[in-house]
Amino acid sequence: MPFIDSSLSACLALIAVWGLIGLAGLLRPKSLVFVGRTLFPLGAVCGLALAVVAATSLTAPSEQAVLPVGLPDLPVHVRRDALTSLFLVLLGATSTGISAFAAGYFRRGQGTAPGLLCLQYHLFLASMGLVLLADDAYAFMVAWETMALSSYFLVTTQHAIPEIRRAGFLYLLIAHLGAIAILLSFGVMQGGSWQFTFDAMRSAHLAPQWAAVAFLLALFGFGAKAGLVPLHVWLPEAHPAAPSPVSALMSGVMLKTAVYGVLRVTFDLLGTPEWWWGLVLLAVGLFSALYGVVFAAAQTDMKRLLAWSSIENLGIIFTGIGLAVVFNGVGMHALGALALIAALYHSLNHAFIKSLLFLGTGAVLHSTGERNLGRLGGLIHRMPWVAWLTLVGALAMAGLPPLNGFVSEWLLLQAFLFAHEVPRTFVNMILPVGAALVALCAALGAYVMVKFFGVIFLGQPREPSLARAHDAGVLQRIGLIWLALGCFALGLMPTRVIGALRVVVERTSAAALPHVESPWWLLVPLPGRGASYSAPVFLIALTAVVVLTVFTVRLFYHRRARRAAAWDCGFGGLTARMQDTAEGFGQPIRHIFGAFFAMKRELPSAFDAAPRYRVSIGDRIWQGLYLPLGALVQRVADAFAWLQQGRIATYLLYSFVTLTVLLALML
Amino acid sequence: MKAIELLTQALELIAALAAAPLFLGWVNQCRAWLQNRRAPSIWLPYRGIRKLFHKDAVIATSASPLFRVAPYIVFGAMVVAAGIIPSMGTRLPFTDAADAIALVGLLATARVFLALAAMDIGTAFGTLGARREMMVGFLAEPALLMVIFVASIISATTALPAITENLATQTLGLYPSLAFTAIAFTLVLLAENARIPIDNPATHLELTMIHEAMVLEYSARHLALMEWASALKLFNYACIGFALFIPWGVSTGETTPLGLLASIPLLAAKLLVAGAGLALIETISAKLRVFRAPEFLAVAFLLAVLGLLVHLLLGA
Repeated sequence: MPFIDSSLSACLALIAVWGLIGLAGLLRPKSLVFVGRTLFPLGAVCGLALAVVAATSLTAPSEQAVLPVGLPDLPVHVRRDALTSLFLVLLGATSTGISAFAAGYFRRGQGTAPGLLCLQYHLFLASMGLVLLADDAYAFMVAWETMALSSYFLVTTQHAIPEIRRAGFLYLLIAHLGAIAILLSFGVMQGGSWQFTFDAMRSAHLAPQWAAVAFLLALFGFGAKAGLVPLHVWLPEAHPAAPSPVSALMSGVMLKTAVYGVLRVTFDLLGTPEWWWGLVLLAVGLFSALYGVVFAAAQTDMKRLLAWSSIENLGIIFTGIGLAVVFNGVGMHALGALALIAALYHSLNHAFIKSLLFLGTGAVLHSTGERNLGRLGGLIHRMPWVAWLTLVGALAMAGLPPLNGFVSEWLLLQAFLFAHEVPRTFVNMILPVGAALVALCAALGAYVMVKFFGVIFLGQPREPSLARAHDAGVLQRIGLIWLALGCFALGLMPTRVIGALRVVVERTSAAALPHVESPWWLLVPLPGRGASYSAPVFLIALTAVVVLTVFTVRLFYHRRARRAAAWDCGFGGLTARMQDTAEGFGQPIRHIFGAFFAMKRELPSAFDAAPRYRVSIGDRIWQGLYLPLGALVQRVADAFAWLQQGRIATYLLYSFVTLTVLLALML
Repeated sequence: MKAIELLTQALELIAALAAAPLFLGWVNQCRAWLQNRRAPSIWLPYRGIRKLFHKDAVIATSASPLFRVAPYIVFGAMVVAAGIIPSMGTRLPFTDAADAIALVGLLATARVFLALAAMDIGTAFGTLGARREMMVGFLAEPALLMVIFVASIISATTALPAITENLATQTLGLYPSLAFTAIAFTLVLLAENARIPIDNPATHLELTMIHEAMVLEYSARHLALMEWASALKLFNYACIGFALFIPWGVSTGETTPLGLLASIPLLAAKLLVAGAGLALIETISAKLRVFRAPEFLAVAFLLAVLGLLVHLLLGA
């Protein structure tokens, strides 16, 4: 294989560079300057290069290669097609911002040594790249497990803290449950040929029931990684435990590898998905979205809040995929393509937005040492850069035009809206309810973001120590600016993005979006439907009106203003503690969606000597599913414990009996 | 793009800007009559806005730049929204850039900035108001979207002028689904515009206030813009209602000068009736406790979803 003659080898080379950068960290593991000022920026450049290479190869025909590495007789197959390229762009472009931020983020004396952290971080990046490129089950599983393990070590960076070890363990456990399901799914998909290359799986014609089994196993496996309810429990634990750039990478990129996995299995390896698979995806997606956003609104830890919000967004992405499967299954291909484009668009958006928000919390955490919303506030005065850049992310996440979050939600709603006349009455009834739920989740998302931004950055500082908060450094700002620019670009140029996604969808699924003649600034998703949206015109109109208003007011009146204390209703002595808290902001949600929460309330009575008010919110799924399951496993394990007699003679007897039974079976 | 279409667009914006405070004055006047009070002048809102523009702004010491920017953004969003809604003609050049979903997004943008500005000072009232506004918003917004969805599905488009044109020009048919959604829309209108039974526009210091709590810290030109924006919001909601449920009278098809001229008195007549109706609703209902607001809005949301299901079941 000649060196770098194709974009596939270029991608592989760049991924290898990531690995080398990681190893280079071991040269001077204790040197923060070497790791932070040299290796992480190099990793960012490498990510940018990967994004550029993958973006230019997006429309190129797919390429395959067999690498002479791996076990004997089991070489590694790699393949790059449009879907892979798209997710490589996502990985490269997002990691550019995150790596730049990380370069200025890590500090001395926090758990793992910087050099080792650098190795884990870049291995994590490289393994995600390999997951996307792998073209056989072995390579895929190796890359998948490397991804899980490297991220596990990153999550437990601060391993001295027991809670973080616990979170890491939960993450590892669920990751492995998922991995087993994926492995089994591959086992079903090889269809008796015992060939584990993806090509063999594509050509294996499975019976419908086996295809369904493979699909459900894959959904379980990838759903565990994506944090779909009820496999979401690790997410709100692991994200707060990890350092912020790692949270950003996990939430922004790693969750998308699960989206990639589902798309790869459903549309590519299994061929033509059945329409009812789409209903399963739709149900799981919608439930996750609602569950996630409701819990996000009730959180008081800023990173936990974002983790729950990730569950919501992954739910919306899976809703889009489910819709696409349903439409394709009943032969409505144009709508199917539109729904899939909405899902892919939302994946891109979420990668940028959520990374930006997590990095914003990272900067806040660094500067204040506080994750608890109840001890933050007023940081827009102390950290203007972080605040205004995070505001971009918060507005985008809230789905407000003309930023990017709105575009994907708009596309998804368009797909829902034109979905009537599905030839199955039942589906016809379900879809409007789905649209209603998506609308509800979007509106709740705005609620969550107002709470998130308002409590952290606005108002008065809730603790005196916040007066010492300082703004982010130059490298951190570069990372944040990069991601915020990504949000603007994705929001303002939807036609360009959809032009690229259209190719991906055409090559991936059977559906193609019909071409509509429209100028570059006007987004018309489907012909003859009379729906259009233009972000640039929208932004220009809004800006023009605002600027015109400002100047008109100045021209006709004046710009006099003076500062005075906030109005205190005549009582005097307003303190920061009189502001609404994060708990207070979540109160209407706890009230309205009370059925979702396992709530414990301690209400003081009038006669209490030391009155105490305390509300704790639990996840019903954790209490109703995981704890009983854990207890059951414990009981079964206890029952088997009597096998362990602790005497060597007994164990020899076991071996002897096993051997005899096996011999009897064999002969 | 024809000159008359640009003229329609400009005329709509000017009409909205000029008539919004007048509409508010009319509602207040009707309410006063119904409550056996002497009515204030219909021009009172204008005088209020003019007075506020002349005053010196007093800004709280803890305010950030966001606080000063927000009134302009909220006002700008409402003006742009007025440009999307077909109140006089359905051939509007700007509406290609934003359909009904974008309109809801625009209203959400205004709400989010209003809530963020209210949280900026860090007083009890501001944050409480922001929380309640967002609570009302997250239920009202999907309800409004559902209302729009029903009309969009009937007309197979999400562009608001096309919906109006379709509903106005077809032979008079009865849509049961639109009846459900009309009720839902009325409930949303009341909640979103801080009217009784959700909020009381006549109060300035009450523990349960929502809108007034958010703008408590604003003064002078900022307050003027906020007041004007909320008048525009009411006007816009009324026009959305006309566009969806009583679209007749709007100049459809190719805009002609005559059609445009004819639409102006008709719009005025609709506004007069709607204002009186709004005052009547506000007079005969009592304010709900804040805790009951979610139920009120959940009813709106479910009615709108029901309207959608009715449309799909009956095909009408």
